[in-house]
Amino acid sequence: MAAGTTILDAARAMGIAIPTLCHYRGMSPYGACRVCLVEIDTPRGPRLVASCSHPVEEATTVRTATPAVLASRRTVLQLLLAQAPDSQELREFARELGVEGTPLEAKPEGKCILCGLCVRVCNDLMKRGAINMFGRGAARQVRPAFGEQTDQCQTCGACVAVCPTGAIDLAKITARRPRQHLTSYDQYLRPRPSIDLAHPQAAPRVPAIDRDNCVHFKTGQCGLCEKVCQAGAIDYDQQAKTVDLDVGAVVLTPGFQAFDATRRMEFGYKLLPNVVTNVQFERLLSASGPTAGHIRRPSDDKAPKRLAFIQCVGSRDPKLGRPYCSSVCCMAATKEAIMAKDHEPDTDVTIFYMDLRAFGKDFERYYNRAKQLGVKYVRCRPSAVQEVRPANTLSIAYLDEDNRSHQSEFDMVVLSLGLSPSATLQEQAQRLDVMLNDWGFACTDELHPMDTSRPGVFVGGAFQEPKDIPDTVMQASAAAARAMSLLVKARGTAIRTKTYPPQRDVTDEPPRIGVFICHCGSNIASVVDVEEVVRRTRQLPHVALAEHNVYTCADDTQDIIKDRIGQCRLNRVIVASCTPRTHEAIFRDTLRDAGLNPYLLEMANIRDQCSWVHSTRPQAATDKAADLVAMAVGRAAQLIPLSEQTSPVNKAAMVIGGGIAGMTAALAMADQGFPVHLVERAAELGGIAPQVYRTLDGMNVPAFVAQTVDRVLKHPKIKQYLQSTVTKVDGHVGDFTSAIATNDGKLEVKHGVVVVATGAVELKPTSFGYGQSDRVMTQLELSSKIGRGEMKLPQNATVVMVQCVEQRTDERPYCSRVCCTTAVRNALLIKQQCPDARVVVLYRDMRTYGFRELAYQQARQGGVLFVRFDADAPPTFELDSGGVIDMTVRDSILQQDLAMKPDLLVLAAPIVGQEDRQAISSLLRVPINADGFFLEAHVKLRPVDFASEGLFLCGTAHAPKFISESISQANAVAARAASILSREVMPVSAQIACVDPEKCVSCMTCVHVCPYLAPIVGEENKAQIQPTVCMGCGSCTSECPAKAITLRHYVDTQILGAIERLLGEIDESTKAPAPAKLAAPSEGASLEQVGIAKPRWTKG
Amino acid sequence: MDQEPVILALCCHYCAYAAADMAGSMRLQYPSSVRILRFPCTGKIEVNYVLSAFERGIDGVMVAGCLEGGCHYLEGNLRARRRMERAKQLLDEIGIGSGRLEMFNLSSAEGPRFAEIATQMHNRIVKLGLSPLRRARSEVLSGVAVMAQASAAAIAGETK
Repeated sequence: MAAGTTILDAARAMGIAIPTLCHYRGMSPYGACRVCLVEIDTPRGPRLVASCSHPVEEATTVRTATPAVLASRRTVLQLLLAQAPDSQELREFARELGVEGTPLEAKPEGKCILCGLCVRVCNDLMKRGAINMFGRGAARQVRPAFGEQTDQCQTCGACVAVCPTGAIDLAKITARRPRQHLTSYDQYLRPRPSIDLAHPQAAPRVPAIDRDNCVHFKTGQCGLCEKVCQAGAIDYDQQAKTVDLDVGAVVLTPGFQAFDATRRMEFGYKLLPNVVTNVQFERLLSASGPTAGHIRRPSDDKAPKRLAFIQCVGSRDPKLGRPYCSSVCCMAATKEAIMAKDHEPDTDVTIFYMDLRAFGKDFERYYNRAKQLGVKYVRCRPSAVQEVRPANTLSIAYLDEDNRSHQSEFDMVVLSLGLSPSATLQEQAQRLDVMLNDWGFACTDELHPMDTSRPGVFVGGAFQEPKDIPDTVMQASAAAARAMSLLVKARGTAIRTKTYPPQRDVTDEPPRIGVFICHCGSNIASVVDVEEVVRRTRQLPHVALAEHNVYTCADDTQDIIKDRIGQCRLNRVIVASCTPRTHEAIFRDTLRDAGLNPYLLEMANIRDQCSWVHSTRPQAATDKAADLVAMAVGRAAQLIPLSEQTSPVNKAAMVIGGGIAGMTAALAMADQGFPVHLVERAAELGGIAPQVYRTLDGMNVPAFVAQTVDRVLKHPKIKQYLQSTVTKVDGHVGDFTSAIATNDGKLEVKHGVVVVATGAVELKPTSFGYGQSDRVMTQLELSSKIGRGEMKLPQNATVVMVQCVEQRTDERPYCSRVCCTTAVRNALLIKQQCPDARVVVLYRDMRTYGFRELAYQQARQGGVLFVRFDADAPPTFELDSGGVIDMTVRDSILQQDLAMKPDLLVLAAPIVGQEDRQAISSLLRVPINADGFFLEAHVKLRPVDFASEGLFLCGTAHAPKFISESISQANAVAARAASILSREVMPVSAQIACVDPEKCVSCMTCVHVCPYLAPIVGEENKAQIQPTVCMGCGSCTSECPAKAITLRHYVDTQILGAIERLLGEIDESTKAPAPAKLAAPSEGASLEQVGIAKPRWTKG
Repeated sequence: MDQEPVILALCCHYCAYAAADMAGSMRLQYPSSVRILRFPCTGKIEVNYVLSAFERGIDGVMVAGCLEGGCHYLEGNLRARRRMERAKQLLDEIGIGSGRLEMFNLSSAEGPRFAEIATQMHNRIVKLGLSPLRRARSEVLSGVAVMAQASAAAIAGETK
């Protein structure tokens, strides 16, 4: 101990708890409250001293819990309770120490115990002197000079924060107006300190100081955090550094920010308390948000019963200079509405919208579900929100679909804000010489959606166009693939490998467990009595050593662990500290460094799941920590070394489908240097794309497809198999063997990954006289006709386009995503080629999301008529014998029937999965969803992976999508595939299931249970788990009726070993010393000082 | 209840265990009766483990996994729920009562929810009282203790 260390600090460093009230780490000790009394021996006998101010001396005996100490502490607390009868904090503190109430005559009121901590903080630390002690004896009190509010106070709130009894009312001290420190964290809904994590799951999990609000940075005073942090991690001198990096490609992913809602003042954001943004509403829904997941009105903290969402605030608004659609808000509002109803089922939710853009995979089903749950959708753009006093409710005037006007009241209004590009990148983008569009998004074209105007600089996510999570994830992976195609030569050049000593064979050794219990500074030790935990742990079977360390994860402590493993021949190690989620890898590495198998480590989480959550109950926390360590001991004794195998990787890929998605994926992988087998059913490559003619931005699709086909045919790494089908796929990730049937017979290829890019087709409709008249065609057929220059229209022709034909129905409850935009594009092309033609688009919702909205506006301005009809009143159709088409439709705005005689009727037919999708599905054992499209591993986070490793999907086989999105997804597949193909070998996890063939009864349960298809029927019809496919979840082990399967590292003995250590205490307390034990001393008594038992067994 | 109950929380690594960690980093306080045991997935939690815990005298068992539809291993939590329903039937049949076992679903970001379910479970078990098996065990053990003391005294008497 350093000279001058107080008894309190010394005790805490050793893990001995002493209660304190007026002590504050970082502040000089004062000894005012006397709660921290301890007994020391002096030449004149035992004496009570305040441990917070009394320094330790050579060879002093300190006792922290003698009857005299406890009695004095009780008296002190009773006196304090009489002094501050109103303090809830003090009452709880006293109760923890076993003191309930006071027998003394209490003062009539007051919370202050006159410890003076606030005065010292204000004077010594902040150098303000706003408050002081005044008066003597019973009249003594803490107040500003003359009892008047003073502007000496800087409203930092430090006095409030340190006061142990909650006695400070800042309003009585300061002449200024205290202001809550609200930041974008939690969306200005909750104040936060000036030093904090960016958000609870921030990576890296390191707090940062808010320099604009920190007292130290503003005045040079305070500096408390530096004194408090025992790890010495605070550095006020850190400066922003400019780092030069040598890179071959740049990916821009700066994201977006929400529209500034104050620009639409008529909605009352920031003027009316109960108008919130959708971003704020997300925080209100979040369990870790300001209201712990309960939806509360800001004005009165009551649960809103009537909730309104206003869509398109800052989107589709040309007057604000924001004409584009933000793509995500319709579904976000729908989700928020459903969640609000989940929380409070009787909440009345209304969504005011223009077009409900549920265009993504499964979105339409979700929208239908919201409607079933009672979410009201009102197609109207309200003009303003008005407050109704005194209840702060909000009134919205609107017209319903029958043009009747309404005035409704709501308790809370949520504004669905549009997406803007990140403001911070605007300037940077110019420096990077990247072209931006009119609204500040990166310019790309539809056929190169990841490429910015500058070669080598790629873009992913909402910085290119507003988009949702799956599209963002896809595009980001795609940008990675584009970057990797430039970095082929540099791949793997910056890798460093670490070497480890050979692993000691411990299979024949009985368990010798070393337990290292961490103080984590004071995070654990200030609550948990770590010495007591060590003492109890030493009593447990197989424990050869137990000790405690200040920071177990520190380098020097890890060296100690390595030394102890050698010295004490430990063969199992337990670290009782923080969470294995962050530290298991670190300590496993320590074991490997010491020549032990990493699976011989076990952790007990006594910080995150003990000291932090039971900080007010030290005794209970200590008991629990001892139990958690005991459970770890029970499990550790059963641990066995496991070895991680590897499996070689075949660096080739097989792509099924030679359309635009398949070819793009093949090229992207081949450009990275991986051989590709491209299998196409048809006689030529290209798929459906050549029929599309032009993208919305005018790019020539047939020319692009021809170019791509040419590149594929000439690429040395791509081998094409035309008029071929895959008939068999065997093997697993990294090592597949497939059979391909070609015109020249069967052949076999080996590859490491499979890409499904089989595409989709446009359904031939059966309604609206399709096939009965050559005046009726689908949108794709029209595109193709325009492309071939075969579209002929008479003078003043009428062209009618019907949207949502045979889709968004009960039979086909999904949206084909592309039809609205295709109709707009074709209408514009017709208007361009035949300006006298009248084009009428009959629609239900125009789903021209993102920048496609601009074309929709252009079409409206260009004279294309858009007429909305209801799903239950579709247009009528009649075809007479003369070939004339008669149609009527109910215009829902005019409330009138419109009659039309179209010269050309164009149908938006749905996109449906390929006929052979079932064959592919059973070939690869991959799932198909209810709409007939392949189902990815996770709809949001893994949009191009199948659940089984090594299998990927892209293009319209996944869901209907635009060419640009197919290209993006195909590149994403290439990046994901490269994460496998770039390896020499695949690591095979050691934590996998394995079958005992003796017990297996060949019932196939495991085969049905496993979502990854890891179990196969092997030799003698016994189940066998493919190690490379098994993900280690253990589902099969729980379901196996014969108990023939075990999950390594989680075998029954290990789990039951942990459970069996619980309630051990009961045994000890109720068990009388058995006769046998009386004779022999217990083993614990022979333990040495440091807790190292003599080896009971040594090898050789 | 004079003695604190002991509740075993069988948590999946990806959601419930992470949520418990988050409850810690948010310094949320919940009853100390909950002891967490980590599993890769609730799909690994067998009825056997739950029954063993009760056999040992543990007063309550909570199984906590990912949200339905959000399982890291796709459907482990759904299978776990079915097994726990079966375990509850068994507990009713053998007289321990299904109320002592509960399965919860939460996401890794729901620290407050973890504190909430731990508190909820604790309160429920406090209401139900100590497990009949734990009570029985301590009675048997104290019986053993009385006998042991008696025999120790007898031995001591003989050796005098």
